[in-house]
Amino acid sequence: MHAIEKLLAKKAGLTSVKAGEIINCEVDMAGINDLYLQTIRSFYEMGGVKVHDPSRVIMFLDHYAPASTILQAQNQKQFREFCWDQGIDLLMDIDQGVCHQVLVDKGLSYPGEIVVITDSHTTTHGAFGAFGTGVGATDLAIILVTGKLWFRVPEIIKINFEGKLPKGVYAKDAILHAIGELGADYAVYKAVEFGGSMLEHLSISERMALCNMSTEMGAKTSYIQPDAITMAFLKERVARPYEIYHTDADFHYADEVTFDVHHLKPQLAAPSSVDNVYDLGQFIGRHIDQAYLGSCTGGRAEDIGIAARILKGKKVASRTRFVIVPASKGVLLESMEKGYVQTLVEAGATFVTPGCAACLGTHEGMLASGETCITTTNRNFPGRMGDTKAEIFLGSPAAVAAAALMGEIVDPTLYM
Amino acid sequence: MQKLLTGNAFVFGNNVDTDQIYPGRFVEFTDVEDVAKYAMFGADPEFTCNVKKGDFIVAGSNFGCGSSREHAAITLKAVGVGAIIAESFARIFYRNAINLGLPVLVCPLISKLVTSGATVQVDLLSGEICDETGKIAQAEPMSEYTLHILESGGIKSLIKKQMELNMEERTSWL
Ligand code: SF4
Repeated sequence: MHAIEKLLAKKAGLTSVKAGEIINCEVDMAGINDLYLQTIRSFYEMGGVKVHDPSRVIMFLDHYAPASTILQAQNQKQFREFCWDQGIDLLMDIDQGVCHQVLVDKGLSYPGEIVVITDSHTTTHGAFGAFGTGVGATDLAIILVTGKLWFRVPEIIKINFEGKLPKGVYAKDAILHAIGELGADYAVYKAVEFGGSMLEHLSISERMALCNMSTEMGAKTSYIQPDAITMAFLKERVARPYEIYHTDADFHYADEVTFDVHHLKPQLAAPSSVDNVYDLGQFIGRHIDQAYLGSCTGGRAEDIGIAARILKGKKVASRTRFVIVPASKGVLLESMEKGYVQTLVEAGATFVTPGCAACLGTHEGMLASGETCITTTNRNFPGRMGDTKAEIFLGSPAAVAAAALMGEIVDPTLYM
Repeated sequence: MQKLLTGNAFVFGNNVDTDQIYPGRFVEFTDVEDVAKYAMFGADPEFTCNVKKGDFIVAGSNFGCGSSREHAAITLKAVGVGAIIAESFARIFYRNAINLGLPVLVCPLISKLVTSGATVQVDLLSGEICDETGKIAQAEPMSEYTLHILESGGIKSLIKKQMELNMEERTSWL
């Protein structure tokens, strides 16, 4: 069996499971974010009275943090009241940041866990050997009522990245390249395991970016086998006991692909789909109205640090805005401590409260029609970050920061 | 649940994402009447004016990709879409639709076989899709589990029934 299958079997109280089987699993952590008031409605519509286990529920006020309309404020108010009524102590209010980063900061993402959040990028937690998957509001409400949820055991695909990334090229470039080659629907319903020697050189932050982006090829969940890098990271954060599963040597993957990243060039997903990927070189000179660094994909301290190095002692181009959104409070604090915030604010960047901000096109850094944005986020559908006639390029933090400096798309490897 | 549905088809392409089905900036609306106003707004702002109860959405591959917002399924159900027939679905959308009691059928090549505006008949049990000339396509039959949810009018009433049963068991034991 695969490590993911062993994990699922354990949580379903079975000795083995196989792809295609429908099983009912205990959920270790269920997260709701502030787009999903329907979760609370569905809970009551199903006849729910008391949440099955409030200690396994976490509420995130992140997408609308802080509220920018009366309706958002009213929705958030109802979430808070629900937490207070139900004894849900893990209320992550508007000061905390994006759900996935907050979960990690709080030591609530760990190997062997089943974590389900009303957010499609819950695949991020595969970076720790957890089974993370996104669901809709009603599915989450089922967990609130019963503590469990049904899953179809997924087929598992392995994507190997071999080699060490060149200087100025990041995990984000590698995963964009893979999505470009494989397509946005390559892994629909499937689990994606990432492997290969590239991982030996990747920090947790970059591993999270990989797993996060697996959603953009349709993956149900993703997985990286915990190793020394994982353990070093978890040691300071996770106090609880956890179980690490290992894949049997005779396990057969539904598909296995390998990319050599030795000579990979910086990549961009061009408008308007995430699999429309090219070498960044093709777009050099393209004017940028807004450079955006943030989100659960590319808004961690390491990403902000890359931008700080590129912009230190320099200025953001005069006809370009540089919006930076730390993924969480922890990220903001670390970026302040390391001096990144000072450097970037002096360079002319605009800092926004930790949260989702303009990543989902509702507030704090929206795009006007005809504008072009380069961003570290994960989606570039028309209208994703504002007007449907704005154009969005997805790239690495270095590509975004270098574009902010020059006001146009440039080769970030020249600015490292 | 009605098993034999007839309606007009609205045909869309591949990778119709949740922002096209229900744009992010309207997600703060949570009442069904409001959510219903923006069905398919990102793909076709006229859709809500033209769709009639019982009509179908026909699409290519990966319908409903993108975010997990249940609004996407809620809005289509609210405007009366009878079923969605696509070459494949994104996983979360698929679950959301079934949970709401909105039938979703997987049917290879369907977006090439039906033209927008055509009247089609869909048999939810057999997966047979017909137009006035007869059978034009065969969708994959839905799993027993899925049909069970649909027949119960969605997962909420199913869970509710189960909870009431558990409650009865508990009280009879007491
Ligand atoms: S940062 Fe963007 S992708 Fe991540 S949870 Fe928020 S809206 Fe979704």
